[in-house]
Amino acid sequence: MAHGPKPGFTRWLYTTNHKDIGSMYLWFSFAMFLLGGCMALVIRAELFQPGLQIVQPGFFNQMTTMHGLIMVFGAVMPAFVGLANWMVPMMIGAPDMALPRMNNWSFWILPFAFAMLVSTLFMEGGAPDFGWTFYAPLSTEYAPPSVTFFIFAVHIMGASSIMGAINIVATILNMRAPGMTLMKMPLFVWTWLITAYLLIAVMPVLAGVVTMMLMDIHFGTSFFSAAGGGDPVLFQHVFWFFGHPEVYIMILPAFGIVSAIIPTFARKPLFGYSSMVYATASIAFLSFIVWAHHMFTVGMPIAGELFFMYATMLIAVPTGVKVFNWVTTMFRGSMTFETPMLFSIAFVILFTIGGFSGLMLAIAPADFQYHDTYFVVAHFHYVLVPGAIFSITAGVYYWLPKWTGNMYNESMGKVHFWLAFVGLNVTFFPMHFVGLAGMPRRIPDYALQFADFNQIASVGAFLFGAAQILFLFNVIRTVRGGKKATDEVWENPEGLEWSVPSPAPYHTFSTPPVVR
Amino acid sequence: MGIKRLFAFLTLATIAPGIFAQQTAQDAEEEVARWGVNMTQGVTEVSRTTYDLHMLIFWICVAIGVVVFGVMFYSMWRHRKSKGYQAAQFHESTLVELAWTIVPTLILIGMAIPATKTLYDIYDTKEADLDIMITGYQWKWKYDYMGSDVSFFSNLSTPQSQINNQQPKAANYLLEVDEPLVVPINKKIRFLITANDVIHAWWVPDLAVKKDAIPGFVNESWTRIEEPGIYRGQCAELCGKDHGFMPIVVKAVPEDEYHSWLNDRAAAAARIKELTNKTFTFDELYARGEEIYKSACVACHQAKGEGIPGTFPAIAGSKIATGPMDAHMSMVVDGSPSNPAMQAFGAQLSEVDLAAVITYQRSAFGNNMGDTVQPIDVLNFKNK
Repeated sequence: MAHGPKPGFTRWLYTTNHKDIGSMYLWFSFAMFLLGGCMALVIRAELFQPGLQIVQPGFFNQMTTMHGLIMVFGAVMPAFVGLANWMVPMMIGAPDMALPRMNNWSFWILPFAFAMLVSTLFMEGGAPDFGWTFYAPLSTEYAPPSVTFFIFAVHIMGASSIMGAINIVATILNMRAPGMTLMKMPLFVWTWLITAYLLIAVMPVLAGVVTMMLMDIHFGTSFFSAAGGGDPVLFQHVFWFFGHPEVYIMILPAFGIVSAIIPTFARKPLFGYSSMVYATASIAFLSFIVWAHHMFTVGMPIAGELFFMYATMLIAVPTGVKVFNWVTTMFRGSMTFETPMLFSIAFVILFTIGGFSGLMLAIAPADFQYHDTYFVVAHFHYVLVPGAIFSITAGVYYWLPKWTGNMYNESMGKVHFWLAFVGLNVTFFPMHFVGLAGMPRRIPDYALQFADFNQIASVGAFLFGAAQILFLFNVIRTVRGGKKATDEVWENPEGLEWSVPSPAPYHTFSTPPVVR
Repeated sequence: MGIKRLFAFLTLATIAPGIFAQQTAQDAEEEVARWGVNMTQGVTEVSRTTYDLHMLIFWICVAIGVVVFGVMFYSMWRHRKSKGYQAAQFHESTLVELAWTIVPTLILIGMAIPATKTLYDIYDTKEADLDIMITGYQWKWKYDYMGSDVSFFSNLSTPQSQINNQQPKAANYLLEVDEPLVVPINKKIRFLITANDVIHAWWVPDLAVKKDAIPGFVNESWTRIEEPGIYRGQCAELCGKDHGFMPIVVKAVPEDEYHSWLNDRAAAAARIKELTNKTFTFDELYARGEEIYKSACVACHQAKGEGIPGTFPAIAGSKIATGPMDAHMSMVVDGSPSNPAMQAFGAQLSEVDLAAVITYQRSAFGNNMGDTVQPIDVLNFKNK
């Protein structure tokens, strides 16, 4: 142990320590989660009743757009990078990340990117209002002037993600402790390795598509304008070539977290480690050849339609393998239900429900009825909220005692879980119904037959939002003190991170451990 | 903050919205089908097939769910540490892994076969009896009956006062238009779908038709409606501020009724054309212009001509509406050269309506020009 953290504020500014940077990522992500959540509550408050009560349609569109962007790029992705920063070096027995200075840089550009994005709310013409998918030409010729700031913000976020991903790949491939072969790595490390490759592959595509927008808006090109010989559908192909792998970027690390937690609390090894690795790799591969299932209604030729339908249905197979593995791991275990386990079990159940609606959406003819309705909103919130958000929450509860040296308050954790679980289902389950009954998404006002379920969903959203305050409270309390955690924290958990003291010292594994 | 105070806050946050719940229930009229939870079966063969496909997949998912969640809940119940259950240590089985890879694949193939069949049906747009061109505009639909002179715009007809909660909402709130698309039953109708500005999507659930309307592209779709009736839908692709306010209403009628409607519509169009040569008084133009303003201009320029700062310029006191007539006509007829949101209304409105709305804008909202422009002037301007 050479030295501890620098005193004062500059510790955070200049730090190259993976634990410090991990913590900053996590706090930043939580702040964005609350901000994006408040925007969601504006949306739900407006949709509480038919008619316009609280906001005007233009501002409503700004809220849906910013909610999506902030949750995807500000909350979920940085949270996973934060967890990777904290856990990957400790899990593979490395002293730090491979590229610590770049690590500092990739975090510190994020607050600026989001400050720029959020500042558009106060600009003339308002914030981006074209949905987080920003389809051209609504996002080019017809966009508010703030779109340029949005484009630069996306560029910075992309640069941050790419640097983070390169760092993770470099760390995992070069800095494993002796004996830590690839097929001995914890699944969280595996899923992150694959996620990092996805990021390196698709973030440049996103940068490309926003640059094409920038050219169309300011330099007279016509990539996406039919009047100039361009093609608005091209935008969607390029966007979703990024966008579909992106949704797996937001779920693969979640698989890794849950695959660590379930065996610990079932006191039984993961059923099929190697098949889990292969399933993750298959999902990652398939994610590159299914993008146009987001575009079944654009008028593709039937051959394209069929290809994307079959390829999309195929994703159900490796995803099924994962779910069956988790269930079989629980089967005949000796289970206890601490907060991380509760969130993980809810993850498996609710993510599976989201998977089912995903399978339904894959069926192109049925998708003509589902497309762009609340059924889709229900689907992707079922995979993202219990998928990404619940797994991140589970991970935080699971590793918090290792990070802080203190146990969190278990009963408060359980209350948080149950409020979030009930709130989530009350919010998003009725969305299946209104979607099937014919309610389009992204509308600020709706016909009367959708009123009842929307009202229920709005109540659930406020419950879910309120539950997160309990989470914040519990985490702050744990950081400040509480019952001391043992080095193992849980009963015989697997992994190198449990072999270091709690709280984990500022520098761990200065001498590499030997893995049997 | 103590736990108790947090709880009090949580309770409040949950209950507060509920207080308003009863009010809406009263606002809704009886005829609206409430608590709808499933897809419509619709009124075409395709819509019924789609519904069947949807239910088939749904029940397969339910069956898989029952098995998977059944096992989960069973082990959560039985295999607990608190019941003293000892953990087994089994793991890794190639046979099991193979089984749960192959069985789902077979189920998927079972789903793909009917889906492929239905998709081929939906894509078969050949041999239509009737072609209708559908064009999406911000925020209205235009329908052109190919091979006839009939062509019109279909605008939301729900009054702003209902949207702003000053009046009770009618049964078809936000799902009603000034002029529905009228079509014959039992005829294969081909829709040619495109857009003028941004991407829209034309969707009527009862027909199971949803197709993106994309500027510069013409998409095809078709339907054969089996029952007369009124079928309502909405734009399904985010298209800007009033995306939620551009409904679709299809009125399906028996064939002879359709033909007489089409003839009436063509005759009415001819009458409007004749009016181009008539000279109107200021009051006539102003009154007609006010109506046109409400349907064609109000969405962006707002009820008092105040616009939306930073997005849509005001008409009240604007340089164009209080400046030379030619510049004003040019803006309305040809649209704005710099702002694509200002559409070229020359192709959308008749000369009479253009003259009326221009006259109205010059003297409404405190613009005191008091001058008029006649339909024939607009026609001459267009031909210049």
